[in-house]
Amino acid sequence: MTRLLTTRALAAPAAVALVLALGACGSRTDAGASGDSSASGSTSCVDTSGDSIKIGFLNSLSGTMAISEQTVRDALDLAAEEINAGGGVLGKQLEIVGEDGASEPTVFAEKAEKLIKSDCVAAVFGGWTSSSRKAMLPVFESNDALLFYPVQYEGLEASPNIFYTGATTNQQILPGVEYLKEQGKTKLFLVGSDYVFPRTANKEIVAWAEANGVEIVGEEYAPLGHTDFATIVTKLKGSGADAVFNTLNGDSNVAFFKEYKNVGLTADTLPVVSVSIAEEEVGGIGIENIEGQLTAWNYYQTVESPENEKFVAAFKAKYGDDRVTSDPMEAAYTSLYLWKGMVEKAESFDVADIQEAADGVSFDAPEGTVTVNGDNHHIAKTALIGKIGPDGLIYTEWSSDGPIEPDPFLEGYDWAEGLS
Amino acid sequence: MSARLGPRARVWGGFLLAAALLLGVAPAVLSDFRLNLLGKFLCLAMVAVGIGLAWGRGGMLTLGQGVFFGLGGYLMAMHLKLADAGPGGVPDFMLLYGDGTVPGWWEPFRSPVVTILAILLLPAGLAALLGLAVFKRRVRGAYFAILSQALAAAFAILLIGQQKVTGGTNGLNGFRGFFGYDLSDPVNKRMLYYIAAVVLLLMVAAVRLLMRSRYGELLVAVRDQENRVRFLGYDPALVKVVAYTVAAAFAAIGGALFTPIVGIISPADVGVVPSIAFLVGVAIGGRATLLGPVLGAIGVSWAETSLSESFPSFWTYFQGALFIVVVAFLPNGLATLGQVWRRRRGGSGAGIAADDAVRPDARRSDDQESGVHDPAVSGRTA
Repeated sequence: MTRLLTTRALAAPAAVALVLALGACGSRTDAGASGDSSASGSTSCVDTSGDSIKIGFLNSLSGTMAISEQTVRDALDLAAEEINAGGGVLGKQLEIVGEDGASEPTVFAEKAEKLIKSDCVAAVFGGWTSSSRKAMLPVFESNDALLFYPVQYEGLEASPNIFYTGATTNQQILPGVEYLKEQGKTKLFLVGSDYVFPRTANKEIVAWAEANGVEIVGEEYAPLGHTDFATIVTKLKGSGADAVFNTLNGDSNVAFFKEYKNVGLTADTLPVVSVSIAEEEVGGIGIENIEGQLTAWNYYQTVESPENEKFVAAFKAKYGDDRVTSDPMEAAYTSLYLWKGMVEKAESFDVADIQEAADGVSFDAPEGTVTVNGDNHHIAKTALIGKIGPDGLIYTEWSSDGPIEPDPFLEGYDWAEGLS
Repeated sequence: MSARLGPRARVWGGFLLAAALLLGVAPAVLSDFRLNLLGKFLCLAMVAVGIGLAWGRGGMLTLGQGVFFGLGGYLMAMHLKLADAGPGGVPDFMLLYGDGTVPGWWEPFRSPVVTILAILLLPAGLAALLGLAVFKRRVRGAYFAILSQALAAAFAILLIGQQKVTGGTNGLNGFRGFFGYDLSDPVNKRMLYYIAAVVLLLMVAAVRLLMRSRYGELLVAVRDQENRVRFLGYDPALVKVVAYTVAAAFAAIGGALFTPIVGIISPADVGVVPSIAFLVGVAIGGRATLLGPVLGAIGVSWAETSLSESFPSFWTYFQGALFIVVVAFLPNGLATLGQVWRRRRGGSGAGIAADDAVRPDARRSDDQESGVHDPAVSGRTA
């Protein structure tokens, strides 16, 4: 009896509260005109009255991605320091709010929202994995804020609230496979980590191969962090492939290339083109395991230009002579300058003004001159196929004919129809 | 001082205080962003309430609650994606990664009713089946812990591999509406918070009733002396299955609310690491107490967020230090701080400790084969 009473007694206030909660309902999805995201009433709280302007850096400083993303943060810090020393943006000094994405998509979403809503930053720079970008995208769209994303990715995306300063597919993956075809390779083996970027990239490669008379003789995936490649390398060796396209990420590359060397495969007999191995990773894999193999990027530390000379020297002066610079770091460094260019062209920190002004903004980046495409918010970049040298640096082997216009949805390619 | 009040008054007072804090004070003082964060923590606390019951009271080291959390979260996410796509529509990620058609097993979740029923019944049913299979065979201790952890790992790998239908590592995100309510409207986000707060309060109330019932006594008895309970004529397996199922259902509901509140569910939220993280909050708070798991889960998440905001590059060290301090000095969790204090002052608190059965260390000598219970706890009695 008493127990029953307690149950009822506990349930009563709870029920009242539930009714109250449900009573406080807001707008419904089917009410009024939809599709206009700015109508949802999020107003920017960015303070442009003072001598400084806040911007946010959001990179993983803990977790599995920290080792890569810390280098991007270093490059961003360098760019901010340079811009501040040069008088800031529209006369305002940059005030950096740094956050840790902790290698988790949910944390990226949470911190992005914190930067936008609590810190009121004018723009956010960061993200690395596709999952972190996909997690942040709705946050930036619903709050109508700006994200600058500095890493090459699988394409098939274009948000008005994101500027992509890394390569999209037609600026990295396609030049990579086309280079192999030019070299007379007709049988490709695809190996990748099991996540969105490799799977999507390979889907695109398969469609390309079909239209170009190239045969895909194998497609294998290993879980992220996987370190036993005996099976995959054996399959690869017996597949009759004459080149390998590698989208493995992180530690897996160490195990893969060791195994590759163990079974007697070399860069001469069976070359591997990698798209996730930059200067930072070469040391970890071991130069003896990977020397002579190929990579596809848009920037190498060895690029010869006065801008790059200055960038590399400044980076080494700030962080030490043993540090190297890589493509994502350069893209991050460039992204801050591109934002500065857009703000100065728009003469405003307002998101709508920046979106309006973005088209055609260009910057003489370490990789060469890059230009923002106002339609898809990607940038035109030069593709570089590189060969890993005995000193652990990567040297340009082949370069595209000037910057390639970004085409994230591969609309300019007939074979890509139906991919997006 | 509270000892002077009757136990019922204390419970009532505590419940009303919690309700006032969650439903009155928090929304009044927190910004929309912080309130939404608190809502996320409340969802994690729901999982913790279940773990408190299954682990703290029932002695089952549930290292795989991410599976049930994830099932609830993904079921909700599937419905939200289908609802966003409209009648007959295809979710955006399927157009990108898949063949542009909705697989048959997704279709039922277009219906909100089916989705809610599935969230309530599917994970619970799975836990009941799994529990029966495992506990009837008298699998327990370390073996049960390893089994549940392996399940969490397998579930995450399955989700990653099936990118065409699960979104892979990206998970499911970018929800625009929640059962017809626009998620970009702050009022609706507040509504979600209120729902989470009320659901959590109901769960705590339900666990309090379970703890105080005959079943609750039996559960603690099974934890401490499983063989003796069996000799008394009860089936310990059934007793455990009930607690395990309730814990799974709570985790699933937590996951289902987590999805719209956070706006994303991905394999990173359901695998081994998050499953362990659920336990950490519970252990720090005090696993065998009523409020310990809730406060532990909310407290640890809150500390994680504020520490990482203040010290982005070395907050993980603080977190580690907190775990070490609690495990070394308060092995039964922060909720037992008062008892430890009283015991140190002169040992007069023994009566209260026994009354609450908060001491899972007062335990068996005849139950050798069940390995794990928490070395930190047993270590202190030895």
